[in-house]
Amino acid sequence: MAQLFTYIVHKGGLVDDTAAELALAAQKIGSGASVTAIVTGTGADLDAVCQQASKFYSQIWKFDHADLAYPNAEAIRKLLVQLLPSDGIFLLPHDTFGMDLGPGLAVKLKSAYTADIIGIDAVEEGNLKIVRQEFAGMAYTHVSVDISDGVVLTFRPGSFQSEGQGAVNGQIVDKSSEIGELNVNRRFIEIVEAETGDVDITKADVLVSIGRGIEDQDNVEVAEELAEAMGAVVACSRPIVDAKWLEKSRQVGTSGQTVKPKVYMALGISGSFQHMGGIKGSPFIVAVNKNAKAPIFQVADVGIVEDMLEFMPELTEKIESA
Amino acid sequence: MEILVCVKRVPDTAENEIEINSDGTDIDRDDLVYSVNEWDNYAVEEAIQIRDKVGGTVTVVTVGDDESEEVLRREMAMGADKGILLSDGAFEGSDGFGIASILKAAAGKGNYDLILTGAQADDGAAQIGGMLAAMLDRPYASLVNSIEVVDDKTMKIGREIEGGNQEMSEIQMPCVLSIQTGINEPRYVGIRGIRKVASVDIPVHGAADLAVDASAAGSAGAKVKRLDYFVPELGEGAEMLEGGMEEKIDKLVELLKAKGGLK
Ligand SMILES: Cc1cc2nc3c(=O)[nH]c(=O)nc-3n(C[C@H](O)[C@H](O)[C@H](O)COP(=O)(O)OP(=O)(O)OC[C@H]3O[C@@H](n4cnc5c(N)ncnc54)[C@H](O)[C@@H]3O)c2cc1C
Ligand SMILES: Nc1ncnc2c1ncn2[C@@H]1O[C@H](COP(=O)(O)O)[C@@H](O)[C@H]1O
Repeated sequence: MAQLFTYIVHKGGLVDDTAAELALAAQKIGSGASVTAIVTGTGADLDAVCQQASKFYSQIWKFDHADLAYPNAEAIRKLLVQLLPSDGIFLLPHDTFGMDLGPGLAVKLKSAYTADIIGIDAVEEGNLKIVRQEFAGMAYTHVSVDISDGVVLTFRPGSFQSEGQGAVNGQIVDKSSEIGELNVNRRFIEIVEAETGDVDITKADVLVSIGRGIEDQDNVEVAEELAEAMGAVVACSRPIVDAKWLEKSRQVGTSGQTVKPKVYMALGISGSFQHMGGIKGSPFIVAVNKNAKAPIFQVADVGIVEDMLEFMPELTEKIESA
Repeated sequence: MEILVCVKRVPDTAENEIEINSDGTDIDRDDLVYSVNEWDNYAVEEAIQIRDKVGGTVTVVTVGDDESEEVLRREMAMGADKGILLSDGAFEGSDGFGIASILKAAAGKGNYDLILTGAQADDGAAQIGGMLAAMLDRPYASLVNSIEVVDDKTMKIGREIEGGNQEMSEIQMPCVLSIQTGINEPRYVGIRGIRKVASVDIPVHGAADLAVDASAAGSAGAKVKRLDYFVPELGEGAEMLEGGMEEKIDKLVELLKAKGGLK
């Protein structure tokens, strides 16, 4: 079995949930094999992250360098190309960092690349059979990947939930002295924090959330009326913000807000993982969608197949007349 | 500025119920509505806006079959100056690496300061832009949601990262960027616009013109192969409320009351 590596995403001195998830995915590929976690950064935060990662990995490679203070994927790619064996198996989260790093890294390592993996079906000599989704979660596929010349794999966050395993007590090896030249033509400047809006959807107990099924800007009002009748707050999926029908601060999802309501009513939302990734605390989810096969019905508690544009005013009327 | 934008024709997931065919080899493609991949429209709009500000040309390119020509025309109706269709039986079965290799060959025939792709395709893996950049040895940034041209060598870009935060960077041209939705508001294309470009000549290049070899593109070169489509065994899923509209609403109101969903 080729060597297994993962990259640890971290922020503010804390490892991301994907650190444990990738450990689990790596175990599925190379059962019993030792897995090396690569951690880059600087100073005390980096040390803290290495400590946390050592709970899940038998070996941690620590890279401390001023040029790695911010995880610039272009610089980290340079580092990894200097380090990784050409037939290695490298696991990354399919998040905004993994998407930035993975494809180019695979090209430079002359390895295969497979992204957004949600399951591993079979591990054979020189080959992996993995599970992915296509068409916004409406179709599943098995994909065969030839890993004989190495592979870079990205995993959908949340797909491999660790069951609290983790007392490996791995060894932390400082590899900083092996860092070569890291000059790149993309220079990080700063992070601009998301703007806060007129309402804070993260504090609401009940959310009426609208997606592309709303169809027209004029219909947003209909959802607002329903929310008012319910004593709820209006939230939305990304296309509604892209169309500028609602403010960015109303967007639920990985690139929007993380919400923890008691009740989440999703109207005309298909249920993409980036949307569902913003819903925490297992609320009671009601999904209204005109397509009985919409993926959201797999994760909702209650489903209703209806045209939301007919459904919303009727529900409003019912509540108001009660 | 010379700008190349990669676009793809995909089944429109907002318009279609995607079903798998009976033997699981493909999705059911009869009666599918196709359109330009959502992200690619934003990329083309951005390219047009940059060109209108600093001058230059916008070329749209796609790897696909004859029918893919229609998406090139649509993007030309938006305002792209030129279209290039990359089409050859030998390209069939290409994996992401293959598609990127074909696009690399096409990019090599021009002198592009900036190459844009969409962040991801509905049937893709958010990979082509990053692969293309690495193959061309150019700097890359994904999920770009703002672009400011500083001078002929430099751009200031924003990447959308988790939580809606924005990562600002400076990047040197020539470079490759993948574009995230929301960066702009793609202009509307009417029938009249499409008609205007209906007779514009769109060159077609195959494997021989591009000098792409079989080890890089096509099914022979593919390390990543889709084996089948399938319907997974899932948990129970949602409790579906049945009956007429009124019945469903009555049941829902009861449930909402019980769960604290009504005030
Ligand atoms: C890096 C990245 C980050 C992202 N971050 C986010 C994020 O934070 N939040 C987010 O939401 N998305 C995010 N996305 C986008 C995400 O992948 C999906 O494209 C998006 O969530 C789809 O939104 P939707 O469900 O509203 O639209 P669609 O997927 O188009 O679904 C619309 C649904 O409405 C139904 N419908 C249509 N008409 C009606 C009607 N009249 N009545 C009832 N139902 C109807 C359809 O059947 C369909 O199921 C991100 C994507 C990327 C690449
Ligand atoms: N066949 C293709 N022809 C041209 N561009 C493509 C093709 N496939 C993907 N792309 C580009 O790469 C982006 C990301 O697609 P993907 O990596 O397949 O998810 C798309 O938004 C397009 O810009």
